[in-house]
Amino acid sequence: MVNEYRIALAGNPNTGKSTLFNALTGLRQHTGNWAGKTVSLAQGNVEYKHKTFHLIDLPGTYSLFSNSTDEEVARNYIVFEKPDVTLVVLDATSLERNFNLALQVLEMTKNVVICINLIDVAEQQGIQINERLLTNRLGVPVIKISARNKKGFPLLLDTIDRIVTGAIECNPAPMTYPPMIEDKIKLIEPKVRELVGNEISSRWVSLRLLDGDETLLNEISKRLVPEEG
Amino acid sequence: MSIQDLYTEAQALSTAELRDDVVQHLYERSHKLCHEGISYTKTKRDTRTEKLDAIFTSPIFGFPIMIVMLGVLFYLTIAGANIPSSILAEFFGFLEGYLTSLFTYLHAPDWLHGMLVLGLYRGTTWVISVMLPPMAIFFPAFSLLENYGYLPRVAFNMDRLFKRVGAHGKQSLTMAMGFGCNAAAVISTRIIESPRERMLAILTNNFVPCNGRWGTLIVLASLFMAANFTGGIKSLVTTGVIVGIVLFGIIVTFFVSWVLSKTALKGIPTHYTLEMPPYRKPKIFDTVIRSSLTKSWSVLVRAVKVAAPAAILTWVFANIYIGDTSILMYAVEFLDPFGKMLGLDGYILMAFILGLPANEIVLPILLMGYLSTGSLTEVDNLVDLKQIFLDHGWTWLTALNMMLFSLLHYPCGTTLLNIYKETKSKKWTFLAFAIPTVLAILVPLIITQTVRMFDLM
Amino acid sequence: MGKPNIIKLVQGEKGNTIKITSLNLEGVMRRRLLDLGFVVGAHVEVIRKSPLGDPIAYRVSQTTIALRKEESSRIEGELLPNGE
Ligand SMILES: Nc1nc2c(ncn2[C@@H]2O[C@H](COP(=O)(O)OP(=O)(O)OP(=O)(O)O)[C@@H](O)[C@H]2O)c(=O)[nH]1
Ligand SMILES: [Mg+2]
Repeated sequence: MVNEYRIALAGNPNTGKSTLFNALTGLRQHTGNWAGKTVSLAQGNVEYKHKTFHLIDLPGTYSLFSNSTDEEVARNYIVFEKPDVTLVVLDATSLERNFNLALQVLEMTKNVVICINLIDVAEQQGIQINERLLTNRLGVPVIKISARNKKGFPLLLDTIDRIVTGAIECNPAPMTYPPMIEDKIKLIEPKVRELVGNEISSRWVSLRLLDGDETLLNEISKRLVPEEG
Repeated sequence: MSIQDLYTEAQALSTAELRDDVVQHLYERSHKLCHEGISYTKTKRDTRTEKLDAIFTSPIFGFPIMIVMLGVLFYLTIAGANIPSSILAEFFGFLEGYLTSLFTYLHAPDWLHGMLVLGLYRGTTWVISVMLPPMAIFFPAFSLLENYGYLPRVAFNMDRLFKRVGAHGKQSLTMAMGFGCNAAAVISTRIIESPRERMLAILTNNFVPCNGRWGTLIVLASLFMAANFTGGIKSLVTTGVIVGIVLFGIIVTFFVSWVLSKTALKGIPTHYTLEMPPYRKPKIFDTVIRSSLTKSWSVLVRAVKVAAPAAILTWVFANIYIGDTSILMYAVEFLDPFGKMLGLDGYILMAFILGLPANEIVLPILLMGYLSTGSLTEVDNLVDLKQIFLDHGWTWLTALNMMLFSLLHYPCGTTLLNIYKETKSKKWTFLAFAIPTVLAILVPLIITQTVRMFDLM
Repeated sequence: MGKPNIIKLVQGEKGNTIKITSLNLEGVMRRRLLDLGFVVGAHVEVIRKSPLGDPIAYRVSQTTIALRKEESSRIEGELLPNGE
């Protein structure tokens, strides 16, 4: 179907993904103020401008380096299932750690919207966020919302809509690592590209191979490389 | 070139510090982004969370507060459920009059009326009126506490104890989920990364009484343990007994974890990190509505799905005679000697066996059995109910044993199924069945034999 | 000023701020700690002890994380003078 799009909700644990999911889809995923409340995927739909967005509530993770199963679930979904848009939900009161995950997502995929949630709490604590500047620095839309108070939804939905229709293009600003790492990436990347084509980011795969991520290796051979010697 | 070769090549190039460098770099960039894009106008500290943590995790008050919280939660549930429970029971009794008239009017045969109204209708509505009100109170209250952020503090306080027995500190979180439903809690153990510690959490989750068992626990505690009290005090005593039972369940959890981590699941506690989020005021209305509606709905569905067939089945067993004894009675007589050794009886064991699909139906099945016609009398008030038990030779010891059996016995069918799905192992699923069963037999056996030996009754 | 006062995280007193200099752990735990923000150079504040003395809660990259002493005794850092 042309008018159906898959939107994945990723983010650190306890940043309000399920709350946002409930508010948008009208479903009743359970929420809780502790890391690890959601442990399996949940799906729900939002109708917007004659389109259907299938929202997928991913388990919260601290990183996407696959140290544990839930991280793998989230990572595999973003990398291999290729949602049309990935929403990264961040906690406005601890952005430093939250950006760490957002940057990882930006390395893997292009169509990303950064949702800075809990903006109500941030305002109370006197935290002021310049989303224009962040949008510029990151190269993807940054939107402030409060999932609990249903604030900022119109802009969020509109942005998703404009990404899927191609009205906005996301150009994540690339991460540049120290030369030592960059040199190694350069050595490997062309060969990786031969193998995985344009299916997934070859730069990111190269980096993961350098990091020794065996689970990714297995996943790639399972999904992308045709079965033969 | 295959991906495997590429991997080998990449590994040859890589250094051990690569991950550190990557993460450190990511953090530097995060830091820079925050520095440029965010300004703090007030002081950064969240003093409310700090003040509350000073109380909730205080060396002196931390543990007492946890017990008091548990007590308050149960007290609200028990005291608050009394009235709606009896209103529901009355309402269903009132409806039953009409149902019976309808059957008479249609000249329906007696057995049909017996099966549908006395078996199915009474069994199902009994479950609903006993189970629904407590849950409609407990769940919203619990999820308020959960959304506020109290659970990670419990995990923080309790971690040391779990570590001692070789288990994971996050097991307190999965145990807390167990109060709602053990089957769901088994899935929630996914938050524990280490397979060994996760298995401990799965195997012992059952020692936290799920909502399907409170009905039984509350009814028995208020009939036999709090019998001499009335009103608010009665609820308070009942609460005390239930909290005692829950604490006993926690002690058993520690004990079983300890034994397992010295034997079948040998190993040392693995790494552990626990995030303590700031306290957040939940959206009270939404949370209350969401949890009470979804939970009440699932209780209704479960009641109809499980209680109804079980009620019919029990009725049928109790009314099909071979010679002059019903099938049910054969089974009961067979189990009776063993039951008596445990300070229980054949009916009770029968009820637990038939109650395997869901704990909610144990007590209704037991009552149907006692009334031997296989149908429930209208037990509008608890005094009638108590009389039924007394007629079958119950004492407080029988009640205590049944409560302990209920606390300790094998997980319900759904939970076992989930354990199988999560562990993908027949062996561990069997152990998840066997360990509780053995304990559920041993504990009442020891208590009963001790009481008899010293003639304490 | 003398030379930097290097201590283990577990030795920190409530209220101390420690700037991480090294992580002496390997494998998953090291990676997990990195993900949580325990990277070299990060500032960690000791928040409070659990009622039974262990674990201890630390403030790192704007969040509060509790660690058992097995882990926190393997993280070293420079004790910063108060008021930093
Ligand atoms: N004040 C405020 N609280 C919020 C907001 N969004 C979510 N919360 C609260 O944050 C807590 C966590 O919300 P969840 O939706 O369960 O978080 P999650 O990201 O799904 O968490 P995991 O499933 O553990 O990954 C809950 O207590 C919510 O009530 C918000 O916009 N403002
Ligand atoms: Mg969630």
